[in-house]
Amino acid sequence: MNTLKNYAGLLTSLVVVVLIALAPIFSGNAASREVVFTILRAIVLASSLNILLGYTGYVSFGHIVFFGFGGYVGFYLITAQGQSLWVAMLAGGLVSGLLAYLLGKAILRLRGAYFALATIGVNEAVRAFINNFEPFGGPTGMTMNFSVYQQYGGAMQALEMTFYIMLVLTILVVILSYVVRTSKFGLGLLAIREDEDAAEVMGVVAPDAKTWAFVLSAIFPGMVGALFFFKNGSVEPLDAFPLHTSIEMIVMVMLGGQGTVLGPILGAAGYQRMRGLLVTSTIFKNIQLAVSGGLLLLIVLFVPAGIIGWARQRWPKWRGVLQ
Amino acid sequence: MDFILASLADGLLLGFIYGIAAMGLTLIWGVMNVINLAHGPIIALGMFTVYLLFTFLGIPPYVGVLLAAVFGLLLGIIIYLIAVQGVIDAPHLSSLLATFSVNMIIIGIGTAIFSTSPRNIDLQLWSVSLGPVTLQGTRVVASLIAVLVTAALYYFLYRTRQGKYIRAVANNRAAAELVGIPSNRVLALSFGIGAMLATIAGALIATFLPFNILAGGTYELKSFVIGVLGGLGNPVGALVGGLILGLLEGIVPTFTQTTWVPVIEFVLFVIILLVRPNGLFGGEQ
Repeated sequence: MNTLKNYAGLLTSLVVVVLIALAPIFSGNAASREVVFTILRAIVLASSLNILLGYTGYVSFGHIVFFGFGGYVGFYLITAQGQSLWVAMLAGGLVSGLLAYLLGKAILRLRGAYFALATIGVNEAVRAFINNFEPFGGPTGMTMNFSVYQQYGGAMQALEMTFYIMLVLTILVVILSYVVRTSKFGLGLLAIREDEDAAEVMGVVAPDAKTWAFVLSAIFPGMVGALFFFKNGSVEPLDAFPLHTSIEMIVMVMLGGQGTVLGPILGAAGYQRMRGLLVTSTIFKNIQLAVSGGLLLLIVLFVPAGIIGWARQRWPKWRGVLQ
Repeated sequence: MDFILASLADGLLLGFIYGIAAMGLTLIWGVMNVINLAHGPIIALGMFTVYLLFTFLGIPPYVGVLLAAVFGLLLGIIIYLIAVQGVIDAPHLSSLLATFSVNMIIIGIGTAIFSTSPRNIDLQLWSVSLGPVTLQGTRVVASLIAVLVTAALYYFLYRTRQGKYIRAVANNRAAAELVGIPSNRVLALSFGIGAMLATIAGALIATFLPFNILAGGTYELKSFVIGVLGGLGNPVGALVGGLILGLLEGIVPTFTQTTWVPVIEFVLFVIILLVRPNGLFGGEQ
């Protein structure tokens, strides 16, 4: 019983993810499966970003670069090298992690707004580079031959399979997010967030810890990128590196509550759901961006701790469950 | 050789305008340590002010630039009062997100009204030929105005009481408050001037290049690069940074494809952030 209580925070988060995924599994409705697929993608991206943003306190404005880069490498392996989706996803995650490691060594020395600016610069530099890189198709990108899906039992089956892979990835990210938060390494990250100089004095090797947090936050976006563009069937620079999505990821984390495990899940699901409703509504369709912006402003000004952060302050007894 | 000269001249003229766009960004950063992520949309609003005044009311574009400046000043003050004031002492993430939400609101409403189709102002002026180089009148006038604006800003910051207030608040807000400077009003004014410089830059660009509501984004990114080149918080550095970027954009196409320009720009940007975060002319940290 005691062990169950210890893992209450993790269980709540996993239950929420499974509940989100249940509807399309049981109904078998392809449209709702697509909706849930985008929600799960948002959860993976937001939870990954949360490791850097929420735990370590470093704002990455260009985090989508890992999604796009992993996606491009995975896509290239499938189309040009004839590799399987599994190899592509592994490679996507690995190269994104490697990119994060190298970048982290360099730009994590910068603090505050300077780091945020550098991440924007990195995203734009990588996008501009890929725009010119002929093996990756330059500005027009690459498309996938339909026959690739045959080895997975046809396009319909491949589509369904990607959904279950995404669900597994989401569960893995949530577990990673929880393990990091409760580990000694995670405590070091939280200490860096509160006061980096003090953390170093207390024995946290800040440069290493920050770099590994960056790497951990980059691996899953890279894998999801490979999976997403496999499903998409084509990849081009503007789809792979949208600066806007980077910032939407931050919004999701903020909305749910930065630095918590459950927060990014709720934030991602809530934001995607709201966006879906706005895009399809007749009144808000054209100004959905403005409505999202207004909502973000309200959160930043009035609920800076996010839903979960607010709930944890409001009901301290439930903190064990709301992690 | 002729091509290089022509390309350089064009780049240099554009550099002045990049310079004042970046000045707006860097002034706000220098005074209140806020990176204004709504900078691009504000530039785009400057473009549209001139365009709408010219197309629907027949107001000459250069008068439109003046009106765009007034509009920018008011808009900046309003943005400060609604979105920035409350997060001025919060961690960086809050002010970045607050200004970004303003960005989303402007772009959202702007796309709904104007769509994203390209616009342009059909303005023909004289052009001068100096040997192989032909200078378009619109570009020359625009860069002259940019120089005038820079001079006016310099005069304002160093010779007037309000300007001295701004510099005092930038230097040390708590100390400025102690000697009786109304810091919140000064911050609002600084944000207004930052936005005003952005709308002027947008208005000038609109007189010779096509644009749409999203066009400000490109110039916002360029302003980041320039701001870092010249040292964030240093308005004169911003003008020099703008000229450097303009020259770079003039030189690069002479030996490789134009599409490589952004790669070089952003790599340079990240490297300068790492090596000299206070800009090329700033002191050591």
